[in-house]
Amino acid sequence: MSQINHQWQRFTLAQKLSRYSVYLLFVMALVMSMRSVEIIPEFFFDAPEQMMDMFSRMWPVDVAFYPITVHAAIIETLNIATLGTLVTLIFAIPLALINASNVVASPIAHWVARFFLVSSRSVNSLVWALLFVAIFGPGVLAGVLAIAFRSVGFVGKLLAEALEEIDMGSVEALRATGAPWGAVMLKGYWPQVMPAFYSIVLFRWDINVRESAVLGLVGAGGIGVVLNDSMNLFEWQQVATSLLAIFAVVIMAEILVVNIRKRMI
Amino acid sequence: MAGLKPQQISAHPNPFPKKPWHYVSALLVIAYLFYSIGTMGLDWQRFIEGLGHADKLLDRMFPPNFSRWELLLEGLMESLEIAVISSVAGIFLSLFIGLLAARNFMPNWVSVPVRGFIAICRSFHPVIIAILFVKSVGFGALAGILTLIIATIGFIAKLFAEAIEEISFKQVEAIQATGANFISVILFSVMPQVFSRFIGFATYQFDSNLRNSTMVGIVGAGGLGGTLFSAFQRFDYDFVAAILITIIALILFWEFLSTLVRRVFQCRK
Amino acid sequence: MSAIQRYLDVKGLKKQYIEGTPILKGIDFTIEQPGIIAIIGPSGTGKSTLLRCINRLVSPSDGQIIINNQDTSKASGKALRQLRRQVAMVFQEYNLVERLSVIENVLSGRLGYMSSWQAWRRKYTQQDINTAFELLAAVGLTDQANKRADSLSGGQRQRVGIARAVMQDPSIILADEPTSSLDPKTAVEIMVLLARFAREKNIPALVNMHDVKLAQRFATRIIGMSNGHIIYDGPPQNISDDILKEIYGGESWLD
Repeated sequence: MSQINHQWQRFTLAQKLSRYSVYLLFVMALVMSMRSVEIIPEFFFDAPEQMMDMFSRMWPVDVAFYPITVHAAIIETLNIATLGTLVTLIFAIPLALINASNVVASPIAHWVARFFLVSSRSVNSLVWALLFVAIFGPGVLAGVLAIAFRSVGFVGKLLAEALEEIDMGSVEALRATGAPWGAVMLKGYWPQVMPAFYSIVLFRWDINVRESAVLGLVGAGGIGVVLNDSMNLFEWQQVATSLLAIFAVVIMAEILVVNIRKRMI
Repeated sequence: MAGLKPQQISAHPNPFPKKPWHYVSALLVIAYLFYSIGTMGLDWQRFIEGLGHADKLLDRMFPPNFSRWELLLEGLMESLEIAVISSVAGIFLSLFIGLLAARNFMPNWVSVPVRGFIAICRSFHPVIIAILFVKSVGFGALAGILTLIIATIGFIAKLFAEAIEEISFKQVEAIQATGANFISVILFSVMPQVFSRFIGFATYQFDSNLRNSTMVGIVGAGGLGGTLFSAFQRFDYDFVAAILITIIALILFWEFLSTLVRRVFQCRK
Repeated sequence: MSAIQRYLDVKGLKKQYIEGTPILKGIDFTIEQPGIIAIIGPSGTGKSTLLRCINRLVSPSDGQIIINNQDTSKASGKALRQLRRQVAMVFQEYNLVERLSVIENVLSGRLGYMSSWQAWRRKYTQQDINTAFELLAAVGLTDQANKRADSLSGGQRQRVGIARAVMQDPSIILADEPTSSLDPKTAVEIMVLLARFAREKNIPALVNMHDVKLAQRFATRIIGMSNGHIIYDGPPQNISDDILKEIYGGESWLD
């Protein structure tokens, strides 16, 4: 019986080589990192004990501390997050429009818009906060601007992607009637992008609530300031109060967002 | 419009009724703006003053000063080390934790507490976790690594649990029916379903850890953040600019690299 | 070796998923001849459960299932896996690994014979690879060998499923409603394939089906189930309308 020996390979040679290179680079990166990182082994093994010690100092939680300072600070944090998200829209919407290839066609405009969006995303809100504290001084203004500037990249990028995914049919129809640019935006693009828009803004607001809570550590207002002060004074029970407040607010924000999302769908 | 008598137009109800809630929500937003600006004491004058400072600051930031590049490199290396180690360890742990949290594989008394743990890991900002670790294990990279491991678990374990919950058991059943052993069943029926999503999560998380590793140093957990913070405190704004440029370049570089990695493993977007 | 080869011997098989509501209430039959054996009966009567008890995807509550002189109803671990590789299954919804290619799906039929290490490294023997390609040619899918399984049509996917089953070199094929998700023409093609492989390999194929006419056309023996019992067990010609009424209940669907 003649036998044809069939060949079968799961991956082509090129694929095998590239897969192996990725694995190799990955292992190299890991090994090099582990060799050069400076960790004192005693601290590593001591860690669980130290953590337990710290947690024990936080108990019982100082509840009386809450109405005095924490409450106002948490409200301030929420305001920073919300106002910051609103201010974001002022910059993010135009940038998204410029970056969307089905709104503005010029590649130069794309690159410029992209540059702003990418730089905004790459710098952490905490670093933005440092920058704005240096400019405007400590306080809420720095916090709001830090949140706003960081969120522009996030919202702008996702909004641009949502804009590019719409069906251009209705837009073309509107253009064909000779409608002015504003009408085309409002009646052609906006209705299609609206659910994505709200979803993105809610998503970012949720993240911003978390971010705003820590900005105070560098002086940009909110509960972070209270947290920082408590830690510098080693008042661990008050630290616990602030942490619990942050946790509660984050959970509530998440529940709020999930419920709004459910009602939107 | 041609052909329509004027009386006829008003006979039909307006097909575009004004939706009251649009106005209400617009009003709410404006009211909120007033309220928040008021309570927080933001005033225009301070803003304008600030703009003046901003001008001066930008002057001092440019041109960026790379002369202390050894310090920069050291901080950069440490950030990379933190990001790599915490990503690998975090993802590794997440595989197990995610499996334990999968409701279709595990009984409730296991999956519910594990899910709770994952939720806690997600709720706190990495900076807060970093502070806690710095206070307990001291300054340096260890705190940063532990922080980002927690952050990684909060994200990857959750997504991994969801991916496992979504797998089609039909494929698992078919491979079981061939007499394959447990590991082969996992390799052939579970892995193909989750692997490409896994690469997507892993690259995203590394990106996130890279960003965070440049930041947790601000509270002492090692990496470029520490260098940045000291530069701010010494008003070395041109060095600050150099560090910021480095951070942006690093993140851009990884964004580019991750698309390559995903293409190698042929993941659908 | 006994004079009559027993492919399968089922004795007193009972199964209940919920306490007090048995699905299979005592099934007895023996298979001594190769060829297609069709199992017919209304939905919910336990046809699928019966097949799954044979390859132990479901564990029987009582009774014995004897394949190659081994009682498999209690088997576990390595013995169970060896049982399963002898008993190949074709599924109603094909159950292919969608993200893998067609040829990989066929080759996965050999997993019961490979270690985990070999499976991970995809170390199939040359013989296996040859057999896989031959089977693909036999089911007419040579051109689709490297395509992803989810890019195929239903009928094509089922053919891959059959190739995978035959790849196991089984001593019995179980097919759980293999044609129920297919159009009539494709259903006939699938039954032709099953009949052909059963004949070539000289093994029985136990096939669940809804379509009585299709069963009568291809099966050498028909088992009719109703209410957890076997009501009819014999040649296809002898199935009268009365018997069908007893199995399925009601008349209006007849003719």
